[in-house]
Amino acid sequence: MNPPAPTLIPVPLPLPMSDATFALVLALLLLAPLAIAGVALINTGLGRSRSAAQSLLGSVVIAAVTVIAFALVGAALTGNIPGGLGNTGHTFHLAGKPWDWLGSGRFLLHDLATAAPPSQLSLLFEFLAVTLAAIIPWGSGADRLRLPAGCAVAAIISALVFPLFAHWVWAGGWLAQLGLNFQLGAGFLDPGGAATVHLLGGLCALAVVWIVGSRRGKFPKEGFSTAMPGHNAVYILFGCLLALTGWLAWNLAGAILWLHVPLATLVPTALGTLLAASGALLTTYTVTRIRFGKPDASLCANGWLAGLVASSACAALISPMQALLVGIVTGIATSLLVELFELGVSIDDPSGAISVHAVGGMLGLLAVGIFSAQPGQLIAQLIGISTLLGLVLPGVYFLFLLLNRFIPFRVDADGERVGMDLHELGGGAYPEFVIHRDDSYR
Amino acid sequence: MKYAGLLVMPAGFFLSIAALVLFPNPAPRGAFVVCGLAVQVLGLVVAVRGHIEARGESHP
Repeated sequence: MNPPAPTLIPVPLPLPMSDATFALVLALLLLAPLAIAGVALINTGLGRSRSAAQSLLGSVVIAAVTVIAFALVGAALTGNIPGGLGNTGHTFHLAGKPWDWLGSGRFLLHDLATAAPPSQLSLLFEFLAVTLAAIIPWGSGADRLRLPAGCAVAAIISALVFPLFAHWVWAGGWLAQLGLNFQLGAGFLDPGGAATVHLLGGLCALAVVWIVGSRRGKFPKEGFSTAMPGHNAVYILFGCLLALTGWLAWNLAGAILWLHVPLATLVPTALGTLLAASGALLTTYTVTRIRFGKPDASLCANGWLAGLVASSACAALISPMQALLVGIVTGIATSLLVELFELGVSIDDPSGAISVHAVGGMLGLLAVGIFSAQPGQLIAQLIGISTLLGLVLPGVYFLFLLLNRFIPFRVDADGERVGMDLHELGGGAYPEFVIHRDDSYR
Repeated sequence: MKYAGLLVMPAGFFLSIAALVLFPNPAPRGAFVVCGLAVQVLGLVVAVRGHIEARGESHP
């Protein structure tokens, strides 16, 4: 059963929405934070025990900073709620085409109360999306990224980087209008946030990891890298189950809000989400079992999450069986890339966010173009990916590099030795447990 | 070396955008967009290599 191709809608909002649809989307958006909770729990479990409390507290604090920064500044730049002039974006003209590049809403959520209900729902969706995007780099910097620096990174993402890209994709910006202006399918499609949340968050994670450096002892001058496994597999795997619930809600809400699909087509979207995650998990399970003799719980969790991430892009746009295929490919890529990034290119990413969120999101976005029947859709998807790689990654790297001069990202050597819990919070997450000697220092 | 790689990446993006404006025909447009992505991948590879060279120096 193939869901129908999305209708070409250059400026997606506001469209009329029945009360039942409004209630359904609102209910789905109230479940979506479970995805954020799942990712936070996975990040905590994949870090070390002596940084567990700081990791989970950091996720909550970062969520708070993100929401406030987005409410004050970011929401205006996304332009989902029309500003005083009644339009949603600033436009310039190039080669006879309009390029809508920046939202023109009003700051401090000024016109929220009078906005149309679909616009309000879109804004709520973006609040949740930016929170998830800001938590992704926090997991990659685990065990050495200071909480004030994590908050500053989140503030930049939520006030500037995310709003800009979200406007381009979700509020009638130039990427959304590629179909109308250049006959590229239905324009860049990303109903669940694979690009806007996950690829963006994954690239921010890469920038943070490059700046903050690896954990002490991870890459010794001689020999192989030191294995630093996650401290709690139960957190990691329970986080996967929580994330599933949130992702189902997220993908369904995104399909209604951004693609305007009829409610009758939501079941294939949900099945596509499930099948992508399941395919990725079983593939990762099989690959790790073949390579290591036994399945690896952390990598399996990464595979499951990567399948969910890929489904964010494509579950609403391709058939469930195609989503299963996407999940299988994503699972293979994730299980190999996590190892390649660590052993091959010396990237210390405890949560695997770069392979899970960045690569998973990219594969999902490509799948939309590959399986689409509309001419030019693949090129539209490639241009969206190109924008993130070519503009966002260098941009956030240099922004974070500048930020690092004012708010140092990395904890000092003593803080890293005693753990982020004791150093930043004054107490550990597991005070009744014996702290064992750390064999990784050499 | 990392900075050089990161500075090459926007060039790939602008190549992709130029393809939209310059080529109405889908085939050359697609080829140019892919070339733009290839430039970005090259820039990323250079940046990653710059990161590997720094390995073991800052946090042994």
